[in-house]
Amino acid sequence: MTARIGVVTFPGSLDDRDTQRAIRLAGAEPVALWHKDKDLKQVDAVVLPGGFSYGDYLRAGAISRFSPVMETVIEQAKAGLPVLGICNGFQVLTEAHLLPGGMLGNDHLHFICRDQKLRVENAETAWTGDYRAGQEIHIPLKNMDGRYVADEYTLDKLEAEGRVVFRYMARDGVANERGNPNGSLRDIAGITNEAGNVVGLMPHPEHAVEPLIGTGRTDGLPFFTSILKKLVNA
Amino acid sequence: MSRTPLDTVEHAAATPDVELPWAELGLKKDEYERVVEILGRRPTGAELAMYSVMWSEHCSYKSSKVHLRQFGEKAPQSDALLVGIGENAGVVDVGQGYAVTFKVESHNHPSYVEPYQGAATGVGGIVRDIIAMGARPVAVVDPLRFGAADHPDTKRVLPGVVAGIGGYGNCLGLPNIGGEVVFDSCYQGNPLVNAGAIGVMRHEDIHLAKASGAGNKVVLYGARTGGDGIGGASILASETFDDAKPSKRPAVQVGDPFQEKLLIECTLEAFREKLVVGIQDLGAAGLSCATSELASNGSGGMRVTLDDVPLRDSTLSPEEILMSESQERMCAVVEPEKVDRFLEICEKWDVIATVIGEVTDGDRLEIYWHGGKIVDVDPRTVAHEGPVYERPYARPHWQDALQADDANKLPRPTSSDELKDQVLKLVGSPNQASKKWITQQYDHFVQGNTVLAQPEDSGMIRVDESSGLGVAIATDGNGRYAKLDPYTGAQLALAEAYRNVATTGAKPLAVSDCLNFGSPEDPAVMWQFAEAVRGLADGCLQLGTPVTGGNVSLYNQTGEAAIHPTPVVAVLGVIDDVARRTPVAFQEEGQLIYLLGDTREEFGGSAWSQVVHDHLGGLPPQVDLERERLLAEILISASRDGMIDSAHDLSDGGLVQAVVESALLGGKGARLVVPDGLDAFTFLFSESAGRAIVAVPRSEEVRFNDMCGARGLPATRVGVVDGDAVEIQGEFALTLEELRTAHEETIPALLA
Repeated sequence: MTARIGVVTFPGSLDDRDTQRAIRLAGAEPVALWHKDKDLKQVDAVVLPGGFSYGDYLRAGAISRFSPVMETVIEQAKAGLPVLGICNGFQVLTEAHLLPGGMLGNDHLHFICRDQKLRVENAETAWTGDYRAGQEIHIPLKNMDGRYVADEYTLDKLEAEGRVVFRYMARDGVANERGNPNGSLRDIAGITNEAGNVVGLMPHPEHAVEPLIGTGRTDGLPFFTSILKKLVNA
Repeated sequence: MSRTPLDTVEHAAATPDVELPWAELGLKKDEYERVVEILGRRPTGAELAMYSVMWSEHCSYKSSKVHLRQFGEKAPQSDALLVGIGENAGVVDVGQGYAVTFKVESHNHPSYVEPYQGAATGVGGIVRDIIAMGARPVAVVDPLRFGAADHPDTKRVLPGVVAGIGGYGNCLGLPNIGGEVVFDSCYQGNPLVNAGAIGVMRHEDIHLAKASGAGNKVVLYGARTGGDGIGGASILASETFDDAKPSKRPAVQVGDPFQEKLLIECTLEAFREKLVVGIQDLGAAGLSCATSELASNGSGGMRVTLDDVPLRDSTLSPEEILMSESQERMCAVVEPEKVDRFLEICEKWDVIATVIGEVTDGDRLEIYWHGGKIVDVDPRTVAHEGPVYERPYARPHWQDALQADDANKLPRPTSSDELKDQVLKLVGSPNQASKKWITQQYDHFVQGNTVLAQPEDSGMIRVDESSGLGVAIATDGNGRYAKLDPYTGAQLALAEAYRNVATTGAKPLAVSDCLNFGSPEDPAVMWQFAEAVRGLADGCLQLGTPVTGGNVSLYNQTGEAAIHPTPVVAVLGVIDDVARRTPVAFQEEGQLIYLLGDTREEFGGSAWSQVVHDHLGGLPPQVDLERERLLAEILISASRDGMIDSAHDLSDGGLVQAVVESALLGGKGARLVVPDGLDAFTFLFSESAGRAIVAVPRSEEVRFNDMCGARGLPATRVGVVDGDAVEIQGEFALTLEELRTAHEETIPALLA
């Protein structure tokens, strides 16, 4: 058997079809979910894809968070449904309070699109089992509002509980401001909830799944194989 | 214009002596008289509004039409062409049942007035042209030209333009895969913001802009109509700027990319369900254009009730509604029994859709407002039978002196150190420097089909996941060459774009162009235009790549000073399997670097003459299109058969610029030897056309040499991929680090 993984399309979602492709390439079955429909079609996991849902008007993710589909996603995520939020999806997850903190505009005030080096800090989540802790990977990054912020207490708590999943790295392998593309606090690129079933990150693993396309790396594929293994073995 | 009482057709007929503001709307006296003659009475205010925008230079091509005809008359026989000039965009067969539509347009004037919105709505407009053909947009490209890089106004215009392109294109989910950024003081006050887009569809999905079938409904959908962009086409795009006039900012439209994204998805869904008979986007001249073009291309007439147009501002007059250039609107012709389903799809995507009229039996376009008929015209007279001018043209008196000022006679470097300094200066000059600071503000990855994106020679998109079929696009133009000789300059732009497609391994198929020139009322400019069009048409005929459509932007001048004539040419190519694509970057140490083509002493219009001597004079490089075709065939064969691992075209900056780019992108140096018969300076800086460098694995050298020899293409081994420097033996070496610093720090230092 294989796993059914839902991909939500909000108005303005852009990477929904790319994410479906990545799921397919990993060997799972992608299921399209529509923002106006509360029904999750009995999927085993959900991805909230990147894009500019509702144009990022008001605040990135702030309107989508109230869409009908999110009512069910929030309810089931709290009950353990694996959920991955990529870029705009991450923003929706923080707006929905499934993950702490939030995203501000990049510190340099420009959109930035580049191949980004990351360090995997936590390989225990539902979405990162196929990585090793400490592994360095390259995943494309592209956003306008990617600067992760939270209060000191939250940041300390995330660190103490091992909930920072990815950190931005410079080319020479240190996490520092040269590697940090947007001023994110503590170089945080992605985090998880306490249970490890909900993960959000700004870079785009679905754009790094085929050797010919994009940056030509496949460092993003383990996101989708990780969840597949977890679901099939469960 | 007074609307008490409403200026209906009847009222106009009864009040022949009412004075209308035709001059303020941009019509010339004889043009207005022609409108009166066509109608047999004075026009109503609404009719005048329509004629004035549709007969503007921007919409009617009245100055350029007589020359543009050559693209049709000299069109090469091509089986690939499915839809040619005259539709929203041309359509090309790329095989396996796929068709590709592409086009380049200008949004120059608005982008100078309001850089962010001007550039953003330029992207929006070209993308709607692509959707209107029935295709899903898959990529955009942006050829940009600005004033001097260190001019304070460039720092106002460029960041706004780049942010606008990114802000709109990124939000639409379209990868930006190519284009150019050029600086030259001739564009100060007249930046060129050209935007291109590509769309993909199946052959059977091609849609055309025509309204046929009496009783079919006309549906306006997308954004509400507001007061923005009124007269944009007639006022902004068709007149020179004059400091004395009031700000034209309100004539620039404001873009909403989110709305456009919904429009794309909703339109494609309606296409999939076969609900659309004809379709037209609303761009320049808004509803005036959409209704008159749909009606005149179809078999019947059209009746429209303007009261039904959803408005953002309820105080708009009917003239303003007809002229408004509010963005993100489309007009579809739908059979009555399919209207409900069409509206349902629009509702699904939260897109406002309204039936505003229907196709009629007659041949008139009739528009009603508050129960009165305010427009009753033959739509062809509005859309297609506008004025045509045979503008006088004459070779400018300064052309001979310009060409006599030979760049080949400029002082050349006299020592290795001087040569080295000039190389560093060249690769770090604004035009030759890395544009990463700009291009990293664009999303290259979205849609997951980007095989190559800038700074590669052409952008490449995978069309079919299972077969690997792909398309490539390159845009090129060189205003300096065209200034020296517009005929040759246009052919050089074509040759470069053609070559850039071939260096990535794709076969060039078709051409779109964006012709940016000064005022057509200046005979010298008109001569440049005529020469450039003639050159391009002749070139396309010889290369077998038809012009499928494009755009003309005139009046790019401030006072007496016109921009360099700047024909920008886009070439579209196809590749059977994107896995065979050839990148620019050096891949492996030890591979042999070959120079393909002939190198001559050609420095007229060169980057070297600009960077080192601030000089523009002499003749541009010679063009040999048969050689270009042979070079392209070799590059495509070599790519398909795995004989080369990287390739880079040689153009502005010459061989040294190309080698440095391939080395920096690959992180691998090169050792070069000046070949017999050339001096180091000419070898490095000459801009002879029809050339490329390739990196050949040693195991393929014999086979590659044999192929070039058998087909008569000069191929000279000039070096090897090696080390962490670019070294010219017996002259100098520059480390990759030195080169990277020079190449990558210029643009951020000027603009960040």
